[in-house]
Amino acid sequence: MEWFYIIAASLFVVGLKMLSSPETARHGNLVSAVGMLLAIVATLQGRMSFSWIMAGFLIGSAAGAISAYRVKMTAMPEMVALFNGFGGLASLLVGWAEYHMHRTPPTFTTASIYLAVLIGGVTFTGSVLAFAKLSELVPGKPVLFRGQQVINALLLAGAVWFGVLFTIAPEAHYTILIFGVIISLVLGILSVLPIGGADMPVVICLLNSYSGLAAAAAGFVLANDMMIVAGSLVGASGIILCQIMCKAMNRSMAHVLFSGFGSAASAPAEAGTKGEVKSISPQDAYFALEAARSVVIVPGYGMAVAQAQHVVKELADHLEANGTEVKYAIHPVAGRMPGHMNVLLAEADVSYDQLVEMDTINPAMPTMDVAIVIGANDVVNPAAREDKSSPIYGMPIINVDRAHTAFVLKRSMAPGFAGVENPLFFNENTRMIFGDAKQTLQAIVTEFKAT
Amino acid sequence: MIPILIFIFVLAVFLGFELISKVPSQLHTPLMSGSNAISGITIVGAIVAAGAAHGSVATALGFLAVMFATINVVGGYLVTDRMLAMFRKKKK
Repeated sequence: MEWFYIIAASLFVVGLKMLSSPETARHGNLVSAVGMLLAIVATLQGRMSFSWIMAGFLIGSAAGAISAYRVKMTAMPEMVALFNGFGGLASLLVGWAEYHMHRTPPTFTTASIYLAVLIGGVTFTGSVLAFAKLSELVPGKPVLFRGQQVINALLLAGAVWFGVLFTIAPEAHYTILIFGVIISLVLGILSVLPIGGADMPVVICLLNSYSGLAAAAAGFVLANDMMIVAGSLVGASGIILCQIMCKAMNRSMAHVLFSGFGSAASAPAEAGTKGEVKSISPQDAYFALEAARSVVIVPGYGMAVAQAQHVVKELADHLEANGTEVKYAIHPVAGRMPGHMNVLLAEADVSYDQLVEMDTINPAMPTMDVAIVIGANDVVNPAAREDKSSPIYGMPIINVDRAHTAFVLKRSMAPGFAGVENPLFFNENTRMIFGDAKQTLQAIVTEFKAT
Repeated sequence: MIPILIFIFVLAVFLGFELISKVPSQLHTPLMSGSNAISGITIVGAIVAAGAAHGSVATALGFLAVMFATINVVGGYLVTDRMLAMFRKKKK
């Protein structure tokens, strides 16, 4: 059994390593899945009863497989969040079950049980709330109320206090574990409530990290090194992604988690807007694109909402057939989870070597004839670069305002998630194309087809 | 035993940092859902609890844990595979 576990842990490491390149990523995922299978098979040996294990396998596999195949690519962030939450819940239940079976575990095990329950519970409700926000079952806006941070701090202190009591005398304190369960569930909800919209990528990464840590804690409970390795790998990867996301928004993790950015707190920019908005029709856009030699497409969450990725690809195909060079510039926090845009464009069969990162495209931006912004707003807002009073000042952006012409596809003049006025729309060389992004692009494609 | 477990934990965290910091941003979503599937490793503990024949409460907790962990594992790997199948380099 130990040997199986060693092999499984190695396969997880190799699998993650292979995930770092597009050529090997798919095999890497398979390698990691084989590791998981080995771990499960090894664990099945020596069990006393199998019926409930098998029942859990059957129901879980069916539910997991059906949702994995049914989910639309645009709904991927909420799906990942939900799966993540179930992992956390499982760790909570594992900790609880262990305690139920051995009422007087050694101190270290007791502390681990409590940690598995606490982190697992936070992961569970936090992820479920993130799922509900992302799938718009509840409003995605940050929810802030007076004394929120005090309540959170008190809850956290309570969780620690109960943890100490429980660890000192586990046999006398079954109710305390139940309190721990309840606190963790409430804490998960309260910590995701103040976070909304564009900050979701950070939260999803953090919850991902938590689910790994909960699994590692469960590993400490069982003194199982393979679980510890697997759990801490996930914990580390979530933290790294978190840091990357925060860096891409020029904000600290603490700021994302506690400030409720984009809520009423951020003062509206001065009402008086500078310059006038120039709007054009898809036909006019067609003429400009037809003459362009280089085009860069900048997608944002709006592309996901409009499900416009396929028609984007169609437009790009027409442009390329016309001799135009087409690139896609992806901002690290575009969308609602890390790499969201990349997945959607991959679904539309865009070759991944056409996707360029912000730092690569920005120096080349002045040589671009047309930049098409599709449903992105804050990530192309020049105020982040120039206006020191702007709430998003300092956030790295894609400099579409430096292209010869920028087309902005947008439903209306409504500000983006951060509630900040976007000077890009009033820029000398910006042209707004109002309407549903998918229909606008369709209209331009129709023009291309007509010729 | 305890120091060794913590030792393993610390080393694995550093290994995780090393492995993940090299992943290009375009693969961040599959990386997240793939590592998410790995966090379903808690299924090992779930199996132990569900198969211990240690009274109905423990079995019930274990059964639920197995079920949720399996959703995490199966769903996580399949959805990652579905995404990665779409990542290809177009032949020009």
